[in-house]
Formats: sequence, C-alpha cells, structure tokens
Amino acid sequence: MLIRPWLLLLTSLATAPLAAQERPVALTGARIFPVSGPVIENGTLVVQGGKIVAVGRTGSVRIPDGAEVRDARGKILIPGLVDTHSHIGDGDGGDRSAPIQGDVRVLDAIDVGSDNVKRARAGGITTVNIMPGSGHLMSGQTAYLKLRLGKSINDLLYCSDPLTEICGGLKMANGTNPRGAPPWPGTRAKAAALVREKFLKAVEYRRKLELAKTDSTKRPERDLEMEALVQVLDGKRTVHFHTHRYDDILTVLRLKQEFGFKLVLHHVSEGWKVAREIAAAGVPCSIILIDAPGGKLEAINLRMETGAVLDSAGVLVAYHTDDGITDSRFFLRSAALGVRAGMSRARALEALTIAGAKMLDLDDRIGTLTAGKDADFLVLSGDPFSTYTHVEETWVEGTRVFDRSRPEDRQYATGGFRLMRDFEAGDDDGDADLGGGR
Amino acid sequence: MSRGSANAGAIGARLINQLVIPTPSTARGRDLRGSLGSRLRSEIPRSLRALGMTRSWWVVALAAPVLFRPLTLAAQLAVKADTLYTMAGAPIPNGVVLVGPDGKVQQVGPAATVHIPRGTRTLTARIVTPGLIDARSVVGLAGALNTPADQDQLETSDPIQPELRAVDAYDAQERLVAWLRSFGVTTIHTGHGPGALMSGQTMVVKTRGNTVAEALVDSATMVAMTLGPTVGERFKSPGTRSKGVAMLRAAFLKAKDYARKQADPDSTKRPARDLKLETVVRVLDGRLAALITAHEISEIEAALRLQREFGFRLVLDGASESYMLIDELKRAGVPVILHPTMIRNTGEARSASLETAARLHDAGITVALESGYEGYVPKTRVVLFEAAMAAANGLSREAALATITIDAARIIGQDRRVGSLEAGKDGDLVLFDGDPFEYTSHVCTVVIEGKVVSEGCR
Repeated sequence: MLIRPWLLLLTSLATAPLAAQERPVALTGARIFPVSGPVIENGTLVVQGGKIVAVGRTGSVRIPDGAEVRDARGKILIPGLVDTHSHIGDGDGGDRSAPIQGDVRVLDAIDVGSDNVKRARAGGITTVNIMPGSGHLMSGQTAYLKLRLGKSINDLLYCSDPLTEICGGLKMANGTNPRGAPPWPGTRAKAAALVREKFLKAVEYRRKLELAKTDSTKRPERDLEMEALVQVLDGKRTVHFHTHRYDDILTVLRLKQEFGFKLVLHHVSEGWKVAREIAAAGVPCSIILIDAPGGKLEAINLRMETGAVLDSAGVLVAYHTDDGITDSRFFLRSAALGVRAGMSRARALEALTIAGAKMLDLDDRIGTLTAGKDADFLVLSGDPFSTYTHVEETWVEGTRVFDRSRPEDRQYATGGFRLMRDFEAGDDDGDADLGGGR
Repeated sequence: MSRGSANAGAIGARLINQLVIPTPSTARGRDLRGSLGSRLRSEIPRSLRALGMTRSWWVVALAAPVLFRPLTLAAQLAVKADTLYTMAGAPIPNGVVLVGPDGKVQQVGPAATVHIPRGTRTLTARIVTPGLIDARSVVGLAGALNTPADQDQLETSDPIQPELRAVDAYDAQERLVAWLRSFGVTTIHTGHGPGALMSGQTMVVKTRGNTVAEALVDSATMVAMTLGPTVGERFKSPGTRSKGVAMLRAAFLKAKDYARKQADPDSTKRPARDLKLETVVRVLDGRLAALITAHEISEIEAALRLQREFGFRLVLDGASESYMLIDELKRAGVPVILHPTMIRNTGEARSASLETAARLHDAGITVALESGYEGYVPKTRVVLFEAAMAAANGLSREAALATITIDAARIIGQDRRVGSLEAGKDGDLVLFDGDPFEYTSHVCTVVIEGKVVSEGCR
C-alpha cells in the first residue's frame, strides 16, 4: 500500500516524454511578423499544448515557469505557411470514367509519408489543401491537412472523422484541361452546360431532402456525389475552381451567381484582366507565380503582377505552389516575386498565411501568430522575402517537424542522392494541376 | 581650327546619341549609324570648305578628333554604378563603363579615372553587371505556345541528326526571347534540345534583332547529344542506355572513316558530301564541341568514356548527379553546364541538389547555369533566378554571377566578346536597383552593344 504513491510517481515520470509538448517553449529576442499586427522587433513567442500562449515584446511577455527558453536573437518568426493548392502526398482523384466525379475523395489516396510531404515541411508549409487534378470538370473532394508528423492520413486531417465531417473542398476546373472526347466536353459552352446540369440535379436532390424532413418515406436514396454537391449548395463545402483565361474566370463567376456556392478561384492566370469583376463578385483568388509565361496556351498571359493587380482591386489573394508545378520548398519565393512585381510586403506575407487560412475557413485556428491559435510557425534565418533566407525550423502545433540542422531533414531542403521518389510530374490526370491536361 | 573640329566631334557625338540610342532594333541602329557616317562625310567637309579649306585640310581636320580626342567622338553610352561587377577583377565601387559607337566597351574603371564626354547619354544604377549569358537554352526554337507549330527543338524522325542547324529554326521574335532579355539575359547559347542521341547543332545569339542574322554571334557552336532513357521514350532504338552509347560510337567511327576518305589525295576517290558525317567530323576535329546531356552517374561516366575514346571537346549538360563524380570530372577537365538550380526532382533529375553548383565550383570545375529545356510550365527558366538560388545555397555571390557571365562565356567559347566588362568586349550591361539575386530587386535597364534594349524596372 505504501508503495503505491511511488508507483504513481514512477508512472508519471515514465510518461514525461509524451507530455513534453506540454512543457511551454519560449523563443525570445526574435524579429516576429505576427501578420495580425505590426512587426515586433525584439519579440518573444510562447507556445504550450500545441497553441500559442503569448506573443509580444521581449520583457512584456510572461514566460511560464519551467518553460524551455530558446534564444532566437537574429532569427525571424512568421506563421506557418498555408498552401491553398498542392498535389503533395501522391494522391489522385477521379478516374477516366467521367468528367464529373464529386463523390471521389483525395483523402482516400494520400501517402503522408511521401518525400514531397517532407519537402513541403522543409519549405515551411504547415497547412495544405491537397487537390485532385484538373483533367476533370469536377475531379473530387480536396483534403485540408495539417503537416503534423504522422503515419496516417488521420493524423494529418483537420476534420476529426472523415465519415461524419467535411474534410476539404471540391475541386472543379474549366478551360482546356477537362476537354476531351465524350463524355468529356469538347467546348467551353458544353463544359459549362454539363456542370450546370449537375448542379441542377443537386438542387433537386436537396429539395427532396427537405421534403423528407417531414415525410421520411420521401427520402431519396443516398448519392455520394449529390451529398457533396448539397454541401456545396449549402455553403459548407468550398469550391476550388481551376481556371486560367479571363473568359473562363467569368464563366465560373456566372456559375457561382447561379448556384450561390462558396468559391475560391485558382491559378487565375488572366485574373489581371478581370480584377474588377472578381472583386465585385467578392471571390478570393489563390494564385500561382511562374518564372515565364506559356508552356500551355491558357498560361500565355500569366504575369508576375497578377497578385498586385488583384490585391489593389480589393480581391483577397493567396499564393499556392501547385506542387509539383512549383516546388513547395520555394513557396516563400513566389510571394517574394509578387513583391518584386508590386505587391506590398505586408500583403505578400498575408498571401502566404492568413489569406489562405481564410480561403480554407481555418482562420480561427491558423494564419497569424496570435494567442490562442495553433502553434504553427517558422524560424527563418533572415527576411522572409530574401533569396538568402532559409527555413531553419518548421513547427506544427508546438512540435518541430523540420529542423535544418538535422542532416536527415536538411536533405529535404537541398535535395540529395536518390532521395526523391522517381515519379513524373503530370504523368496522369491526377497529378500536378497546371500539368493536369491530357 | 582644333577648337572647331572638337565642336564638330561633340556635335557628332550628340547626333549619335540622338539617332542611335532610341532605336529599338540594332539593325536599324546600324543603318542609322551608317547614314550618320555618310552625313558626316558629306556635310562637315562642305562646312569646312566654306571656311576656305582645301580637301587635304579637311581630311586632317576630320582625323584630328580621332587622333587627339578619341573619346569625345566615340562615346555612345556611359553607365555609372554604385557597384560595378566587371567579372574581370574585384567589383568596382562607384564605377563607370563607357561604350563606344561600335558597341564595344571603351573604358571601365572608377569614376575618377573615366572621363565621360559631354553630351553622352548617361545611365545610373546601384548595381551593374555584364549582360547575362544563358549557357544552354532551346528558346527561339521552342516557343511559349508549346504547340507542335512552335516546337522545333527536337526532330524525332531519327535519333542521330547532327546536321540540323539551329540557324534554320530560330525565331528571333519569339516572346520568350524578349522575356529572357527583360531579365538581363543578353546572350543565349540555344539550339537543338536534349532527347535524341544527336539532336542537332546549337548556336550563340544575342537576344536582339528581328532575324537570326541580326541576332547571331556564332552560327554553329556545339552538337547536342543525350544519353540515358529519355532518348528511348521518343525513338524505337536505342531502347537502353548501352545501346545508345553503342550507336554513338558507331556514328563517330563512321565519321572517322569518312574523314579519312575525304582526305584522299585522289579527288575521284572521295565520297560524296554527307551533311551528317561532315558535322560529326567537325566534332572529332574540335571545331564543334560535344554537348552531352547526362544526368545519372552511369550516363556521365559514359560521356567521359566516349570523350576518352574519340578525343572531342566535351561539355557536360544537365549533370544532376555530377556531385557524385567530382574527382572524375576534375581529372577529365570537363566543364559543366548545370541544370537549372530549381529543376524538378523528378525522373532523371530526382537526385538534383540545390548545392551542386557550389560543390562543383569549390572543386575547381568550370560551371555555368542554364535555362535548359522545359516541356511544360514554365516554358523557359531564367538564369538570373537560377543563379540566385545557387547563391542562396553555398555559392558565393560572385561565383554565382560568374555562372551566368564569364564562366558561361568561357564554356560557349565567347569569352573574348562577352561575359565581362573589359575594353574591346561587347557593351552588354544589366542595370539593377539592388543585389541582382534578391527576389525583390529589379532589372531596370538592359543594354546590348551600347543600345538600350529593355527599360522599366521588373
């Protein structure tokens, strides 16, 4: 009997490593870009239990007793990056059986142990929207992931149960990628008509569901695709729409007007031509920055100025990697080149963090360094938009998931011999998105 | 009299500035310069004749400014820099470059040592570098549209076609050429791409002009060759790595035999001209270099083995696994045109490292960076950005700049003309508003042979 308290103590000691994340960590003396407010020159960030406990000027922030205090002088802290459009994890999506496959979930095919997931952590990405490809009008449901260290997709999903919750958005596309022989559309007008027909079916399905509320015998048979589209119609599932040419962008805005869904425009190569229209529709844009125009006809007028033009028109702008079109390791660079082409530094930093968080409806949890939010942050060696800056550490919910000083991590930042898996970007419709054509 | 001729010289310089500098196309610039010359010859003597001078006198009067005040007549453009990277010695603080009417650099040095003639158009920038060189591209043969109509970098009817000339397929007005120029690239080594055992020839052009003739620096520079499995994707044979090497060896042996027969003193015994073999002979005798695209270790080793067997001038291209063979490359003295730093880690380049340029450079291997070939988006890369990424990953700023200036010039055999700012070399310059490699810096003005070819910071 007397031994029991000792046993209890031993037990608690044994579990200490598991509880290590509960020990507060304080990074002091850093230059902090909270994104939610002005730069803090000599700042301290305190995290505990996976959350940000405090952020402020060093000295004015209370460091909890027992905290691991790390000297971060000379370092820059920014929120973890949010990539609103990526194809890491080697997932796929709809197959070649039909151009509209709203029932398909990319989360059923993601390998979270993939080397490109590690590469994304090396690039400072902590939240990612993994998309199926763009070779379909509707290629499937996307997955919002937090890049925690984990062995299973379940460890990384934002939703807690894929059976009962919405775990991402819906990927759609227009323009040339989803074109083909029937049943694929051969023209733009046909593509729009096919999508409208599908949404009209969903409207009808939703009406039946409404009727079934009073008379359960009228309940329609379960239809996985219709269920997803009803979520879209109800504004619970966001449509992520791949679109390049200005007229295709306007077609998407027309669809939104007709069916009232929640929408994020993706790529938006010619968005600079219709910035006013996009702003008037109140639709955010997730954009890509490419080093040169062309390579595909729809991207021939792509400009580095797109971010600045959309932003000054009042559009919410986020950058994305579309990994493997651009590499997750160079995500900061995309926004830096946006600054080169006229975007303000503050907006460019938002476009890597809080803007994307808003587009994924996760801005209550991530996107800024604010007390109460998830402890997702980066330790940078220098200014976020400098060529010479490296991501030294990536933290997700208070855990360091990338550490450049560890050789096994570092190689995912620099590349290494036979490190990356031998897969071809854009080799099928489920892969990289700009490359998703056939 | 000397005073009068000095004035005439100053007027001449002003005329040159007015007439030549705003001209968008070099060719037109050249025409105008020509007509200016004839105007000087026709008008100045007339005015001197009015002063009662004889023909022999005005010849002396015209010669005077050339003999005694050469810089007064000559300066076409002066460029002042807070920091001038000449790539021929240490950077010069507060430096000046003077470019003559022939488009050549006249003088380079600290501001205190360079006299800028009155009336010379003068540009100022924080940083000035030589015009950038893309050491291996397909731009101009490959266009931005990426449709069969504008893709001429690879002919797939036969895996060995060294006779294909780059000059016969180059579109000087391709928008990707203008894109590269706007980011400071003034010289490109472009031509047939990777993907065939011998895909064709390459050439060197300036990123200017409306025709290949106006752009041309060197019409035939190298023969592009590729080792490895990507060749098999497009041709029935070779289907393996070793078959590709066997086919190349057979081609070289055949060319040797052809050369021997062509040298027969009895002209009736010489074989008929064969464009294919002629070109391979030019590789064997060193007039053209062999540009071998090889990524994996076994392919790079095969390239070195071929070089040892046939003794050609080898330039390695791509070479993403070259950091595993540094000693071998050093021993062979082979320069490397390295893949774009940000190449995708897929396929043959899955082992690519951001630090390769630094590792090769540190070992003393001559390295240049390239835009290479892109099959999709982006349709070209920009060597300024690729060198920046190398500079962020172990290469010093100046060594990184060398990969896209003087070292690139050396590898493509044009270092007597381009790649550094030295008297007598081409007046190709890039004006930056900050560190050339910072993402947020801008290329503000690009000059080719003394003429502004791109303006507006971007």
